[in-house]
Amino acid sequence: MPRAILYDSTMCIGCKACEAACAERWHLPYDDKVAAESRLSAHKLTTIQAFGERYSRRLCMHCAEPACASVCPVGALHKTSLGPVVYDADKCMGCRYCMTACPFQVPAYEWNSRLPKVRKCDMCYDRQRAGKPTACAEACPTGATTCGDRDALIAEARRRLAAKPGDYYQRIYGLQEVGGTSVLYLSAVPFAQIGLRTHLPQQPLPALTWRVLEAVPDVVSVGSVLLGGIWWITNRRDEVARAERKKP
Amino acid sequence: MNGRTFPKCTIWRAIFAILMAAGAYATYLRVRYGLGGVTNLSDQFPWGIWIGFDILCGVGLAAGGFTLVAVVHIFNIERYKSILRPAILTAFLGYVLVVLALMFDLGRPDRIWHPLVMWNPHSVMFEVAWCVTLYTTVLALEFAPAVFERLGWKKPLGWLKLISVPLMIVGVILSTLHQSSLGSLYLIVPHKLYGLWYTPVLPIFFYLSAICVGLAMTIFESWHSSRAFGRELELPLAAGLARVLAVLLMTYLFVRFLDLAQRGVLGLLRENRTETWLFALEIALLAIPTLLLFRRRVRWNPARLYGCAVMVIFGFVANRLNVSVTGMEAGSGTHYVPKWTEVAVTLAIIALGFAVFRVIARHFPIFEQHHAQVGAPAAFDQRGEPVGVN
Repeated sequence: MPRAILYDSTMCIGCKACEAACAERWHLPYDDKVAAESRLSAHKLTTIQAFGERYSRRLCMHCAEPACASVCPVGALHKTSLGPVVYDADKCMGCRYCMTACPFQVPAYEWNSRLPKVRKCDMCYDRQRAGKPTACAEACPTGATTCGDRDALIAEARRRLAAKPGDYYQRIYGLQEVGGTSVLYLSAVPFAQIGLRTHLPQQPLPALTWRVLEAVPDVVSVGSVLLGGIWWITNRRDEVARAERKKP
Repeated sequence: MNGRTFPKCTIWRAIFAILMAAGAYATYLRVRYGLGGVTNLSDQFPWGIWIGFDILCGVGLAAGGFTLVAVVHIFNIERYKSILRPAILTAFLGYVLVVLALMFDLGRPDRIWHPLVMWNPHSVMFEVAWCVTLYTTVLALEFAPAVFERLGWKKPLGWLKLISVPLMIVGVILSTLHQSSLGSLYLIVPHKLYGLWYTPVLPIFFYLSAICVGLAMTIFESWHSSRAFGRELELPLAAGLARVLAVLLMTYLFVRFLDLAQRGVLGLLRENRTETWLFALEIALLAIPTLLLFRRRVRWNPARLYGCAVMVIFGFVANRLNVSVTGMEAGSGTHYVPKWTEVAVTLAIIALGFAVFRVIARHFPIFEQHHAQVGAPAAFDQRGEPVGVN
C-alpha cells in the first residue's frame, strides 16, 4: 500500500523537532542558524514556516505522477510503489531540469560543491521499507505530522474535518493537486495563507509533455516518407529535364 | 589561401583576446568554485543564460543548416547550393559550441554521456540529448566532403555520396524533433511560465521561429563572409531567402497572436509589467523586419537586408530569453540577473565560434563553386567563380 504523510497545520506548534530529526537522519548539520532558515535548501530538506500565528511545513510532496521524475533525462528520480519519490545521485548529471519542473520548487542543488547533487526529502524510504515511520513523524511531539497508509490518512483527515468543522478549512491539500501527492495538508485557513500554491492544475503535469513526445514516432515515420517523396519527385524532375535537353 | 591580415581586424583581434582571457578566467572559477561561485542561479531559479542563451539560442541559430539542406537537397533548388556549405559549417560549429556550453552548465559535465545510456523516454531532455548527439554527427558527415576535398580523399567522398540522401533526410527529421522539443521543455511549467509565452503549442512556435532564424542567420553569415573574404554578396540568393523569411515570419506572428487570442490572454498586454514590455520588444524586433522584407527595395539592398536579418536574430534571442528567463521569474518568485562570469563564458563561446568559422573558411573549400556534387545531381551554375576579389 502506498505510504503518505499527513501534516495538520492546526496541531503544529512550530517546535521544529521534525527539522532536527530530518537533519540527523541525513547527517546534515543542524544548529540555531540552520533552524532560523525558512527555505528548503541542499542542507535543509524540510522546514517549518511561520505565517503569523500559524505554521506550515515544507518538504517534497512525493507526487503520484512526479514532474521531476518524468523530466529527468537519465531516470535518476523515480516514484516507488511504496510512495516515496527517490533520487539516485550516481545517475544524475546535474541538468537541474527537475528543479525547473517541480511545481512545488522542492529539489535543491549543492551549488557550491564541485561534485554537486540534487537534495530533497525521500520520505525516509529506507526506514519506511523497514516498516518504521519517517523520522519527522516519529519526532513530532503533537501528532501534527503523521505517516501511514495514504488511504487511511485521507480517511483520518476527513474524520478530522467532520469532527471539528469550525477548526478547519474544509479541504485536504494534496488530494488533487497535480494529480495527487503523497503529502497531505490540513489547515485552519485557505491553503494560500500558509504559503501553499493553490493555482496548480488538477491533472498530472507529465501528461503535458507526453502529449507531444508520443508524437515523435509519427513525426519520424511520416516525415521520412514525406521528405523522401519530395526528394524523389524533385530529383526525377531534374533528371527528366536533363534527358530532354540531351535529345536532339 | 588568403593569409593576409586586414588592418581593420586588429580591433576585433583585441576584443577577441580580451573575451578569451575573461572566458578563461571564468572557466577557472567555474572549475574551482562550482556553479554557485560563478552564477547567480539558485534553487528557485536553476536555469540561467547558459541554458536560455547558449543552449536555446545556440541550437536555434544553427537552424540554417537543416533549412538549407532541405532547400537544396530535398527540394532540389540548386541555385542555393553555393551558400549551403557555409550554412552547414555554421550549424556544425553551433552544435559543437552548444555542447561546450553545456559542459559549463551541467553540474556534473563528466556525466554528459549519461542520457545516451540511462534512458527515460518520458523526458524531453532525453530526446533532445539523443537528437543533438545524432544531429551533430550528421552535420559532421555533411561537412566532411569539404575536408575530404581539401585532403584529396576520393574514396570516402564516394562513400558519403552513397549515403548522402538518407543522411540529409535524417538530419532534417532530427532537427525538426529537437528544435521543437526545446519548446516542449517548457510545457511542464504551466504554473511558472508567464501567460504571454506559455502555450501548449510552444513546440510548434519554437520550430517555426527556428526556421526563420535559420534563414536570417544564413543571410547574416553570407553578408559577413562577403566582407571578410572580399567576395560579393550573393544578392539574388539572399533576397530570395529574405522573401521566404518574410512570409514565414508573418505566419509565425499571426499564429502567435491567434494563440494569445485563443487562450484569452490578450488582456495581459494591457498590464504594465516588465513582461509586457519585453514581449512588445520581442514582437517589434520580429514584426518590423517582416514588414520591411516584403518590400523589394529592402530585400535587394545589402545593408538594409543585413539590418533586417540582424533584427530577426535579436527578436529570436529575445523570444528565447523571454521564455527561459524573463517569463519564468515571476512564477519562480525570484529575480535573476546573470553574474559577470556567466556573461563572460557566453561571450567567449560566441567569439570562439566566429574565430573558428574564420579559420575553417580560410583553409577549407567552403565558398568555392567547384565542390563535388555530393548526393545531388550535377548543379547547373549560372554564375562565375568569385574567388579572392581582394
